[in-house]
Amino acid sequence: MSLQVDDLTLYYQTLHGDVKALEGATFSVADGEIMGLAGESGCGKSTLANGLILLKPPMRFVHGSVRLDDEELPVWDTDRMDAFRFRRISIVPQYAMNALNPTRKIGKMTVELLRSRKVDVRSTLPELERRLDLVGLSHEVLGMYPIELSGGMKQRMVMVLSTLLDPSLLMADEITSALDVSTQKAVARMLVEFRDRRFVKSLMVITHDLSILNQIADSILIMYAGRLAEKGSTDRIINAPRHPYTRLLIASLPKVGVRHRQTRLTGIPGSPPFLLHPPVGCRFRERCPAALPECGEEPPFVEIEKGHYVACWRESGTDAEA
Amino acid sequence: MLKLDEVSKVYKVGTFGGRALRAVQDVSFDVQDGEVVSLIGESGSGKSTIGKMILRLISTSSGVISFDGVDVSSLRGGARKEYYRKVQGVFQDPFSSFNPIFKADRVFRIVGQQFFPETAARKWDEKVESSLHAVGLNPEHVLDKFPHQLSGGQLQRFLIARALLLDIRFLVADEIISMLDASTRIDVLNLLADLKARGLSVLFITHDLSLGYYISERAVILYQGSVVEMGSTERIYDNPLHPYTRMLMASVPRLDKKWEQVESELRTRRNELSTGCVYYSRCGMAGKDGGCRTEKPALIEVESGHFVACGCCDQECP
Amino acid sequence: MTQQKKRREFAYFALRNNKLRIGVAIVFLFMVLALVGPWLTHYKPREFVAPGAQHPSSQFWMGTTSLGEDVFTQFVYGLRATFIVGLLGGGLGTLIGILIGFVAGYRGGMVDELLNMFTNIVLVIPSLVVLLIIAAYLEVRGFLFESLFIGFFAWPWAARAIRAQTFSLRSREFVDLARLSGMKPLRTIVTEIAPNMMSYLLLVFILQFGGAILTAATLDFIGLGPTNAVSLGLMMNNAVIWGALILGMWWWFIPPGLAITAIVGALYVTNVGLDEVFNPKLREM
Repeated sequence: MSLQVDDLTLYYQTLHGDVKALEGATFSVADGEIMGLAGESGCGKSTLANGLILLKPPMRFVHGSVRLDDEELPVWDTDRMDAFRFRRISIVPQYAMNALNPTRKIGKMTVELLRSRKVDVRSTLPELERRLDLVGLSHEVLGMYPIELSGGMKQRMVMVLSTLLDPSLLMADEITSALDVSTQKAVARMLVEFRDRRFVKSLMVITHDLSILNQIADSILIMYAGRLAEKGSTDRIINAPRHPYTRLLIASLPKVGVRHRQTRLTGIPGSPPFLLHPPVGCRFRERCPAALPECGEEPPFVEIEKGHYVACWRESGTDAEA
Repeated sequence: MLKLDEVSKVYKVGTFGGRALRAVQDVSFDVQDGEVVSLIGESGSGKSTIGKMILRLISTSSGVISFDGVDVSSLRGGARKEYYRKVQGVFQDPFSSFNPIFKADRVFRIVGQQFFPETAARKWDEKVESSLHAVGLNPEHVLDKFPHQLSGGQLQRFLIARALLLDIRFLVADEIISMLDASTRIDVLNLLADLKARGLSVLFITHDLSLGYYISERAVILYQGSVVEMGSTERIYDNPLHPYTRMLMASVPRLDKKWEQVESELRTRRNELSTGCVYYSRCGMAGKDGGCRTEKPALIEVESGHFVACGCCDQECP
Repeated sequence: MTQQKKRREFAYFALRNNKLRIGVAIVFLFMVLALVGPWLTHYKPREFVAPGAQHPSSQFWMGTTSLGEDVFTQFVYGLRATFIVGLLGGGLGTLIGILIGFVAGYRGGMVDELLNMFTNIVLVIPSLVVLLIIAAYLEVRGFLFESLFIGFFAWPWAARAIRAQTFSLRSREFVDLARLSGMKPLRTIVTEIAPNMMSYLLLVFILQFGGAILTAATLDFIGLGPTNAVSLGLMMNNAVIWGALILGMWWWFIPPGLAITAIVGALYVTNVGLDEVFNPKLREM
């Protein structure tokens, strides 16, 4: 088991009170697994990723535990996390491509990064060059400024950097969303290749785009309004979703071959609740066409078939068997 | 109704404007009454530039854009305003489409002041409300609010409602749902389809092939400012011919198929349908022309005992 | 409602920002002194009231000059002059900067290039030389002249900054929509772009204000200031001319010097504080 998250709860502090951005997240990512983390904006997926690696104000750790390779991650302690960050757990942030300092050459920036992490530069250099070859970047990029690289090249560079020390877990936060479809495909395939080559043990791919996950993920975790809604194998989630939210979401996505004149798709009426004062019980309740009286209480996230978890009373309540 | 004829946009770049950047090159297509045409391309394809040229937010470098037979670049002052009565746009970023420090319904008031100064306030409010109903919004819930209090989907509907207040006949919809959340985007797309049913024409600019398929009759595929393929949406999706379109089809992540599957399908379909030279798509010959795409070149003896099946090699091989 | 909330949030951060509190307090203190000061004294600034070079005393709070004028009286009148020059000069600089910045940024293209050229020309004109030439022709120069002069030479950087801001706002879609509503350019600038830059314009004005005070003091000190009035810079100028430094008459030059430093310093601190309040990224929770 590469990553094991138990009951992780993270809030954002604001002047008006705590925003309950993530509550009771319990899930695991197996060795070699590419897990997709999907949901609409504000569902807590980026909070989860940032909470695992850099938990800083206004984000606040409430409770929960995170274990990586059977070792407790002190996520609430930014200083102690230094020992894990980049070495054991790494992230490619959303705007990584723009995060490169434009006035520094790539090579210099790399060396500074390695030094700041107290990594011996000389002994890592051959491996860095080997990996550049692998992703099809010439060694000359090290002497270039970020502006000289295309979007796809920058993305590859950032990925090579963030996985240089073979972390157990790499989180990729919306890294394909700003790219053109052709580049998107290349970057997505590179993620798979990094896993196949064991540069990273397992991956968490955070995106709002389910179709990308359909292409590369082994499993998908769907979040809604700060809570986990459903987790299962990619095939089950895409083709046989059980949570009403997942069902409606997937049904609303246009597919090639579907035209509005023949099949009129529908969205999900309403909008997600505000997490400053979230409703009690199931957070999807007001938009759910299948809501039950039980939904006034929070549904547990339970395993309904092997590896397939759902937080819905219809699946786990007494009448599921009936 | 709307017609583009050899439209180009050239930007001068470099310190002294020495180099020319061709954002759009000789693009021609038309949009008929009550038709949705998808303009599909990746970033840098010039698709948004075309939309802005139609809306006259930027000028054309050459070529003619005409609406009902009138060259739109000739419109000045009052005539231009009349053009905006009939042609409007909705843009990609709903939050940037609203001035963040004013309430969102200000966009209606501006339209009222500019186009209908004579209409009485009471009557105008009624008109706004009915137009909000038409886009599926409840006026009580959305009026008198600031943009950040509304969702992206609501804001985009606001803009469509704003266009409906005018006697609109043509709408440029530039990536209008790409920034919306998945659960609400389809409703905005359906709204466009409903407008079409009312006789409105829409130019639907997108990078997402499946959206184009869902809504439009015809599609125009752009690459680096040029049209590489256009025609009926079904035909283009079923049988993409241009290598770029094919690459695009093979790269789009789909929910129903994996990439590998699409790739192999395209490969076999290619062989089935190919009536022209088998090597056409990969051929780098300078002399390659339309001929070898549709007609298979015959095997010709070029020198004694040496045969070749190429339409260009018997002429002059580079 | 949210506007209220926003305002409340602004007030919350504004009241808790120490830089802002200190800066505003100092400027306010001097402003009050400039306003009520002339009523606290019985003398006129240029009046001979006592034998020269008196130490500060209960009668002459800041002592007297070599010419027997009351330093405190000069100081409070000088403060007034300083604030007037700051307001007029800084105001004018901001105004020209806003005009040129908005037009250049909104129009773009040829207009922008021409205005940019003009801005650069003004930027490189040695204003002191121009002032020396003007001084040679004008016998009497007042505050108004000084303020105008400072304003006319201080606007270029403001114009540049405002131009850049306008440029980025212009590409926002709500400006496009205003144009699609048939709105005229001037109205678009005034109703769509300017309101989004209010906080920025305030910062520009504060910097121009401080800059004008500093420039005025410099001009006065080197003898290019008003010929018919009192100002903090002129006090220092006189102090130097009459050898206050050598004679050890610290009460003559320390108050005006300190006041100018304090006011300008406080304005810059206010500026940094305001910047922190306006810009959520700089806020500390």
